[in-house]
Amino acid sequence: MLSQFLQFLFAGLTVGATYALAALGYTLVYSASGMINFAQGEFIMLGAMTASALVAAGVPLLLALALAIAFTTLVGVTMAKFAVEPAKTTSMTSLIIITLGAGQVIRGAVQISLGKGNHALPGLSDERPLHILGAALVPQAIWIMGLALVIVLVLFWYFNATMHGKALVATSHNRLAAQLVGINTMGILTFSFALSAALGAIGGVLLAPITFTSYDAGTMLGLKGFVAAALGGLGSALGAVIGGLVLGIIEAMTAAYVSSAYKDAVAFILIILLFVVAPHGLFGAKSSHRV
Amino acid sequence: MTIAPRTLGLVLLAIGLAAFPLLSPNAFAYDLAVRVLINAVVVIGLNLLFGYTGQISLGHAGFIGLGTYASAVLTTHFNWPPLVALVAGAAGTGLLAFVIARPILTLKGHHLAMATLGMGIIIAIALNNEMHYTGGSDGMSVPAFTIGSWTLSGDRNWYALLSILLLAAVWTASNLVDSPAGRALQAIHGSEVAARIAGVDVAGVKVKVFVLSAIVASVMGSLEAHYLEFATPDTAGFVRSIILMTMVIVGGMASIPGSLVGAALLTLLPQVLSTFEDGETIVFGIILIVTMIFMPNGLVPTLSNRLTRLRS
Repeated sequence: MLSQFLQFLFAGLTVGATYALAALGYTLVYSASGMINFAQGEFIMLGAMTASALVAAGVPLLLALALAIAFTTLVGVTMAKFAVEPAKTTSMTSLIIITLGAGQVIRGAVQISLGKGNHALPGLSDERPLHILGAALVPQAIWIMGLALVIVLVLFWYFNATMHGKALVATSHNRLAAQLVGINTMGILTFSFALSAALGAIGGVLLAPITFTSYDAGTMLGLKGFVAAALGGLGSALGAVIGGLVLGIIEAMTAAYVSSAYKDAVAFILIILLFVVAPHGLFGAKSSHRV
Repeated sequence: MTIAPRTLGLVLLAIGLAAFPLLSPNAFAYDLAVRVLINAVVVIGLNLLFGYTGQISLGHAGFIGLGTYASAVLTTHFNWPPLVALVAGAAGTGLLAFVIARPILTLKGHHLAMATLGMGIIIAIALNNEMHYTGGSDGMSVPAFTIGSWTLSGDRNWYALLSILLLAAVWTASNLVDSPAGRALQAIHGSEVAARIAGVDVAGVKVKVFVLSAIVASVMGSLEAHYLEFATPDTAGFVRSIILMTMVIVGGMASIPGSLVGAALLTLLPQVLSTFEDGETIVFGIILIVTMIFMPNGLVPTLSNRLTRLRS
């Protein structure tokens, strides 16, 4: 009984840690620009697919992962420079549509170049599971959770202790005021896209050894990441992590004790309920609307 | 006597629709025309919600799917007459839309986008999972559309029926947007607070237009199922929602002629691209980005603005 519960808990935490990484990606872009990047999920997929293609081509694993993350980062920068910046718009709807469009482009490009099949990626260490109180835990899951923790700590340090991180926070609070004190807000936007693309790719290459990946895997993962970010309250890094873990655990428990067919629906039911009850999430700040 | 541009447009559209069969199109051309007509009616409904009222819906295909499967399941498993199933589907979809509209439409921006998207995905998941009724991802076959002993069949008859429906939709929608109710929609798009101050029941109007566009989508979903004599969960999927959205944006926000142009362009485009296999997704994405950057109002409004500026 306990071992079974632990097993589900481990599964939930593992998936939850990737949701957390995806959610952090949303949080970064949202912090820098107040916008939601609907292509975030495609970054996750792109990282995983690129890495698996490189490994299949004979590139050593760690080098392949590094190249995949670098490539995805480059795509993120390209997207900011050539799709988001030229639109010169602050209309939320326009930005949603532009990022949706960019996501479709990434997905379509991967579909054409790497095909529709499932792709595998080897894990970071050997695949024999560990046994804890009768529950099995694959080593890759420990890697995911450990690296997610490291990333959160680094981001925490970056936002609170570096000039650049503080500039990013300042930009999110008031763009014009940030410009007036000499912050390059366009640079901040591009940088936030680069960083969120990198985070997405890291999540992708870490998760792929557990779940496989395919050209259409990004959409669902991205949406779950958004749900996680919104659960924790958009713009809060800690909230994103907690939101991701909570969502992962709820999903795993639903699959285990309620219905595995409907586990994917849980996130969306949750998000609609949450928006209606508490639009600012569990940890988000309240804001007022300007006319 | 002067003819209002609205009437003129409707007459031109009627002439165009009537002229098409005179070109003696083959079955393939008829099939494409029918698909364009189905999408055009749905897009007019979506444009009322998104283009005119400014409420984004990324789950609209979900409503099409509800109509499709109401017709498919009620006619096959329960032997309901197709027309009754269609009406029941529309009523059910309308009711669902009514129930969720009020809480969902108080949301704005990405919250609204995400909530509608989530709603569409929940519907698609349910259609995929209720295997014993829907056949899951393999889809299910749907009987032909019959009323009594009369069967609607043949591309030509479907074309005629849908042409009439399109004319009715265009007529209703263009009258609506010029009526006080339609001005209320556009006022909400401009500024909700200002609309409220001017005495518009913002929440009520939003709910009405949401329900209306959902019912239109459901009816067209039912007809599409009978036309194709097949239903698949892809009908309700995220990709279809994005395509509908693209049609509104490319054709023109808050433009009825734009809805027709958008639906026609993006229904025909994949046919042109069929040589370039799997290229559809990437091209749709590029079209979305390019449209937003260079003509955020869409094709028809941008061109007609240019024309008026040239004339003056």
